Amino acid sequence: MSDDRQPVADADLCVVGAGPAGALVAARLAEAGQEVVVLDAGPRFDADDRLARQERAIRPAYDRPDVWEGDPKRDAHAASGEWFYPLNHARVKGVGGSTLHWQGMVMRLHEADFRSASERGVGVDWPLDYADLRPHYAEAEREIGVAGGMDNPYAPPREEPFPMAPFEPSYSDSLFAEACAELGIDMHSVPNARNSEPYDDRSECVGYGTCQPVCPSGAKYDATVHIERAEAAGATVIDRAPVQHLAHDADAIEAAVYATPDGERHRQPAEQFVLACGGVETPRLLLLSKSAQYPDGLANSSGLVGRYFMDHLFAGTGGVLDEPTRQNHVGFLTSESHQFYDEADAEVGPFKLEFFNYAGPSPVEMALSGEDWGDDLLGRLREDYGNHVAVGALVEQLPREDSYVGLDRDQTDDHGNPVPDVHWNVGDRALRTIERANEIQERILEQLGAEITWQAGPDSTGPAYHHMGTTRMGTDPDESVVDPRLQTHDLDNCWIVSSSVFPTGGAMNPTLTIGALALRAAEHLDDAL
Amino acid sequence: MELSRRDALAALSALGTTAMAGCAARAPQEGVDESVVETYVAIAAVVYPTAVSGVPSFVRSFLPARLDRSTHGPAMRETVTELQTVSREWYDEEVPALDESARDQLLREVGVDAADEDPEGTLAERVRFYVVNELLLALYSSPTGGDLVGIENPQGHPGGTDTYQRGPSK
Repeated sequence: MSDDRQPVADADLCVVGAGPAGALVAARLAEAGQEVVVLDAGPRFDADDRLARQERAIRPAYDRPDVWEGDPKRDAHAASGEWFYPLNHARVKGVGGSTLHWQGMVMRLHEADFRSASERGVGVDWPLDYADLRPHYAEAEREIGVAGGMDNPYAPPREEPFPMAPFEPSYSDSLFAEACAELGIDMHSVPNARNSEPYDDRSECVGYGTCQPVCPSGAKYDATVHIERAEAAGATVIDRAPVQHLAHDADAIEAAVYATPDGERHRQPAEQFVLACGGVETPRLLLLSKSAQYPDGLANSSGLVGRYFMDHLFAGTGGVLDEPTRQNHVGFLTSESHQFYDEADAEVGPFKLEFFNYAGPSPVEMALSGEDWGDDLLGRLREDYGNHVAVGALVEQLPREDSYVGLDRDQTDDHGNPVPDVHWNVGDRALRTIERANEIQERILEQLGAEITWQAGPDSTGPAYHHMGTTRMGTDPDESVVDPRLQTHDLDNCWIVSSSVFPTGGAMNPTLTIGALALRAAEHLDDAL
Repeated sequence: MELSRRDALAALSALGTTAMAGCAARAPQEGVDESVVETYVAIAAVVYPTAVSGVPSFVRSFLPARLDRSTHGPAMRETVTELQTVSREWYDEEVPALDESARDQLLREVGVDAADEDPEGTLAERVRFYVVNELLLALYSSPTGGDLVGIENPQGHPGGTDTYQRGPSK
């Protein structure tokens, strides 16, 4: 950690963003003997404060961005699309990035996800396939620490067991299992980025139940793990150092120009630069780095920087049973179904089903609001807690040119830079897919004998906070921003590791794929250095 | 149900304050803090359900660590002091001296029942945040508080990964 926030002399590699992608690359390259510096816009959080953050997560006085010290001025944004995008509920700025508040679900994309155009007739094919990424998936699972089982018949082929045994199914899973068996729907375990046993010098899960947005025990992986490993290998991490623009010549980045809390600006030169600031800030930084040479922004000869913004959409159905369902003991999932995933075609996209362990209200949170206390409050808690069930789903959104991240020049952040505008449109296929997921969810709950009380359908869906697609990967410089090595087509020493390089999104949580791509890019970077 | 020392330690966890190794829950400080703690104990008797016992020792176990917090503690004392002033003006007595129904009435007359918690809000909103919800969070995140509702491992309590697998009959 650099306390004076001065640039590092003779840096081989400058990484912008201390989330999982940047942290993995930084650790790999630092351990390979390179001089690495990591810049992050947000602070470094004290691990001793996690219980206090947990309290913020539970108490109604605090909104989600308050848990990790979101700063409305620093994080100002616009959302001009047909669909509002709640960006600051979707991200954390700081060392560790959004893994600090993530759910921690880590699935591999399916083989067909890499060939959407060829296999499903929509979207585009990735310039690499599952086999190319397969060894890196395994490596990412080891690095992150994944607890998972081999019981998913719909998962893509894998070469070895998960690093840790899966979490056992929940009691409510057993209720769903009977209904799903009647309907011919297969349930299976969930790969979790949380320790089912001690792993990598971190505790096993102790069941705080606030996984999203904070794990006080450290059993849930977050990117501080690899930041610390990078530092142990000699890397320098500079926090509260938002990069303002990338100084460049015609062929290469010369320096990352960053601001510090004392009002100073510094230039961090390096031989190679990795942009790892997510699907919103990465294109924003490239657009903010425009010059006479590149009037439309850096690495943007294709005109596609910021284009094809995607997220996963949530579909859900919930209800109540006339028996206890034992919800809210833990904050993670133990069962899913990927059975319908590969039925995807041009009309209906891939989706996966999630069987909730935290359906309905948490008694603790419920106790903190309402106009009652004493015996009346206890009566209300007993009445409202204990018999809820819910099935969720993640749904693919196709890349669309009219869904993008741009700059809103009418608003500026705390450094006077135009703020990101998340212009989000999702398309009819995603909405049809939500309807399909809802149909299956209704069948399951009806089989279970539940009274359905809510549904997140096409009119009430929301994003899963997975920002993808805004610097897409491809072989054609006219149709993509980075090549399959994740090096930009336009600049020799500029690399992007992020879900922003995904050409399509599939319907699997993206972080394991981000990690696999980061580890793959780290190999190429090591060669380049 | 009897609130235990284990419940108090669990409350410290959920309230964002871990006990130091070897010196778990400290005795309350003499003087001003004793008056503050007495007020919390008196309010707890109103906002906790009648099904729990051992309330005074439970509150006295977790509260000192909260009062020690650098900004939270002074705000707790200030809020209680303001509530005491209102109590003296309206009832000629401080909160601990009121009977339970008068304490309940005082809270409702201040507007605490209808207020959303807000650490920087009106007196009603601050009493909700620093007093009533402080007590309710401590209780309902503890194993005994969870048991009252039917959940052995409530949110905020590190009760392990066994209970979620159990059926309702354990």
